Parts: sequence; C-alpha cells; structure tokens
Amino acid sequence: MKRPTAKRPTAKRPSALHLILFPLSVVMVTPLVWMVLVSISTQEESRRFPPGLPSGVEWENYAAAIRDAPLGSWLANSFVVSVVCVVGNLLLCSLAGYAFARIRFLGSKVAFVLMLATLMVPFQIVMLPLLIMTRELGLVDTLGALIAPNLATAFGVFLMRQFFTTLPRELEEAARIDGAGRLRTLFQVLLPLMRPTLATLAVLTFLQTWNDFLWPLIAVQSPEVMTVQLGLQSFQGAHTTNWPKLMAGTVLSQLPVLLVFFFAQRFFVRSVAAAGIK
Amino acid sequence: MTATPADRRKLADHLAGWGFAAPAVVLIGVFGLVPVVWSFVLSFQHTDLTSPGTFAGGDNYAKLVADPLFWDAARRTLVYVVLFVPVTLALALPIAVMLNQKIRGVVLYRLAVSVPLVTSTVATGIMFSWLANPQFGLVNAALEAVGLPKQGFFTDPGQALVSVVAMTVWGWLGFAVIIYLAALQNVPKDLIEASSLDGCGRARSFWHVELPLVSPATGFLLVWLTINGLQLFDAVYVTTKGGPLRATTVLVYHLYNEAFVSFDGGYAAAIGCAVFLVIGVFTLAQLRFNRRTSHFEAR
Repeated sequence: MKRPTAKRPTAKRPSALHLILFPLSVVMVTPLVWMVLVSISTQEESRRFPPGLPSGVEWENYAAAIRDAPLGSWLANSFVVSVVCVVGNLLLCSLAGYAFARIRFLGSKVAFVLMLATLMVPFQIVMLPLLIMTRELGLVDTLGALIAPNLATAFGVFLMRQFFTTLPRELEEAARIDGAGRLRTLFQVLLPLMRPTLATLAVLTFLQTWNDFLWPLIAVQSPEVMTVQLGLQSFQGAHTTNWPKLMAGTVLSQLPVLLVFFFAQRFFVRSVAAAGIK
Repeated sequence: MTATPADRRKLADHLAGWGFAAPAVVLIGVFGLVPVVWSFVLSFQHTDLTSPGTFAGGDNYAKLVADPLFWDAARRTLVYVVLFVPVTLALALPIAVMLNQKIRGVVLYRLAVSVPLVTSTVATGIMFSWLANPQFGLVNAALEAVGLPKQGFFTDPGQALVSVVAMTVWGWLGFAVIIYLAALQNVPKDLIEASSLDGCGRARSFWHVELPLVSPATGFLLVWLTINGLQLFDAVYVTTKGGPLRATTVLVYHLYNEAFVSFDGGYAAAIGCAVFLVIGVFTLAQLRFNRRTSHFEAR
C-alpha cells in the first residue's frame, strides 16, 4: 500500500462536479433504463400517464416477443452474419495488412491507395450497384448478401498494416532463419503479439455488423433472413400498440452488444477512437 | 535473359504479396470500388434497378436541379447538420473536461456517457418513440411536472426534425466525448501547471491552454459529424419515416424513396452522386486538416 496520508487532502471533499455529472449520467442512461422498465411492465402500465415504475415483473412480454416474432431466428441470423464477418476480417485483413506492411510486390502501392479511397465513399453511393450485384450473384435475400460486402474491410486492412509496421523486423528474420515460411511466421510469431489489435478489429466489426440497418433493409425481405435490427424494425411497425412486447424484443436485440461493451470496454474505446465510427 | 537468384526472389515476393493481399483486395475492390463507378454510370441511366437500364444522358441531373423535393430535402439536411454538429460539440467538450478530472466514480460517469454508442439506431428509435410519445411519454410527463404543455415531438411537423437532432445527439455524444478525452489526456500536464504558476485560474488556463491544444480534435469532429450528419437516414427511418408532412425527409431519405418507392434508380443514383460531391469536399477538407495537425504535432 502507498502512503494514504499524502493523498488525503485532495480526496477529502466530494467534488462539486458531481452536481453536474450525476444528473447528466442519469439523462444518458434514462432511455436504456426505461427500455428495461417498459419491457417488464404490463400493457396498461406502459401507457399510463405520468409513467411510473412497474408493479411487478412481466416475464410474459419476453415470452411473447420470442413467440410472436421469430426473434430467435433473427438473433441467430445476426449472430451468424456478425461472427462470420469478424472471422473474415481477422483473417483476410491480417493477411493483406501483413503483405502491405512487409512484402514489396508489384502494384502494392496502387492497390493500397485505391483501397483507402473506398473509406471515403459514403454507403449510399455504393448500395444501389451493390444491390444489383448481389442479385446477379444470386445472393439477394440470403445471409450471403449481408456477409459478402463486409467480409473484408478497407479499415481493417489499414489498421492491421499500421500495427505490422510497428513490429520489429528482427522478429520475422529470426523466424525465417529458423526455417519458418511467411505464413507460419505470420500466424505463430506475429499475430500472437497483436492480440489487442485483433481484439479491437473484432469488437468494431461485431458492433458494426450487428447494428447495421440500411444494407439489410434493402438486401433482405423475407422474415426468415432478417437480422435482429431489421426484424425489430418490422416488428415495431406491426406492434406499436404493444410497447412492453416491443421493448422486450429491443432489450434482447441489444443484449449481445451491451455484453461486448462491458467486457471489452478497453478495446471498444480504442476502436472508436481509431475508427471514428459509431 | 537469364533469371538470377535475385530476380527469382523478387518474383516470389510478387506472388507471395498478391497471394496474401488478394482475398481482401478483391473483395474490397468488387464491393467497395466497382460500385462507385457503377453508381456514376447509373446516374446517366433510366433504370428501376431490376431490369437493364437505358441511356438517359443528363436527364437525371436536369430532374435533380428542377426537383423542389430535392431542394427541400437539401434544406432540411442543412438544418439538421447545423443543429446536430454544434450542439454535439458544445456539449461534448465541457463533459470531456469534467470527465478528465480525478474524481470519485468518474469511471461510472464515463460508462454512462458512452453506453449510447453501442445502442443500435433501431433500438434508439424505439426507445425515443416511447419516451417522446405525445400521450404517455416520459418527456411529456417531465414537461407537465414543471407546468409546461405536452408536445408532439416526432408527430409534430414543426418539432420532428429537432426531435431527430436530440435523439442523434444522445447517440453521438459519447463518441465526441471519447475523442475529446483522448485529446485532453495528451495535453502535457506541465503546461497546465506552468499556466497556474503564472497565475492563470482554471477557467483561463482552459481557454488559453487546453482549448487551443484540443483544436485538432474539434476539427476532426466537426468534419466527421458533418459527414455523418449529411448521411442521416436510419434515425429518420425508424422514428418518422420522413414525415410528418415530409418534415424529416432529408437527402438520403429522399434517395431511398426515389430508389425503392418510386423505383427511379437512375435519379436516386444522381442524388447519391450529389451527396457524394458534398461529402467529398468535406473529406478533402479533413485530409488537409489532418496534414496540418500532424505537422503541428511533429513540431
């Protein structure tokens, strides 16, 4: 233990900032707290004015949400799309990032610059041709339509390349002298050193694919293929009168990202700062 | 021509390089780069996006210039950006400064401010639709508690766009705070100490030391929030569907309507190209700004 006496004077009086920060925090979490509260209210309680706390816990809302909406399959679809995209990005962006950082090959500079240029293109400009392409490929209204365009991202390649360039070259040279090929060096020597970067990329890709809305909205129509965001939106259109059930579905749709947020906060904050993406 | 070992080594590098990079590069090229060119081509076609299009010359751009709905949407987008960006920035900086202090429970406060970041726009839209419900919403309960009349919010043509602003500020505030916090943590402590030794109060050292030093973050956020604001769509779709009375039909929503309600894909592509042009200007501005600030940091 450090000497506690030295720190005493600063910690003696609670800061006046609490008077601002506490109400602010309450305002920020209120929508989420009420989402949970409404999800366990009865129908009458959810429409009472002024709104109050629920008298008990109506678990039935959750059962109804799962029963009336194919919420289970929507969650499963989102999960499949997100996990496949995370794996795809980790693998393909690592390979490409390594190549751009370490191997001098024909056209690498041009390819890299063109790839970076796609980062500046807003999605609305891409989505119309993308829809035509997925239709031509026979992917429209399948999970493949949601996976293919997100399997590798320019941002992921860029992120991985940046971190490969910070690793000392001696590491690879030692491995290669020991007879390891490039692929083995990459997977057994370099990538284990980059776990924080890989985690950042994984968290970011997961959040983006899980919360994506516009692309699923135009690429998918059948309820069986919908992701949870899209499904929830269609559910909202059909059930504006049953708020508790709708909120129960919303809670379930946000649970995975909230878990990721709480358990991977460190990487999350880093990825937000790095990517500038919400 | 004889292949020396060095040549063979180079060839092996080219092959290995492409072998490693090709999967990602091809995917990004096909799904990220080709559509940009294609979109430009579409904007010169009459097409419903399902059957092959026909050449339209400049028809779509002529329509765009003459379309009052396009200019209305552009005006609303401008109003949205002009409200959303400054409000987010003006709230984020003081909050970041407060969260940068060593006070008890600051970790929890940071958590509270950043949790909306992971909340999807669909979930946010559903939550805010309930909170701002004209009949039984919590916001109206709060208004009534202080003696103010109930408001319509998303259902009132005069308030819908402002309601969307409030909702998206809630969603983006944490992002801006994180960026500002990172910038503030990079401000050298001895600079603040030096200014306080020179007799600067907290407020003065903030205005004259910290604020100028976080200006790169402000510049980044200004451009980044503007680019994202110009692309507003999800938040509108899940709350107001562009209404009431088109009050929230912003540019990308208009684009969506033209492509998937009116099936005028060529015109939608032309709107997309127009939005891209505006965003391109901001992106270039950001690139120039980044170059300037990295120069500043290098010194």
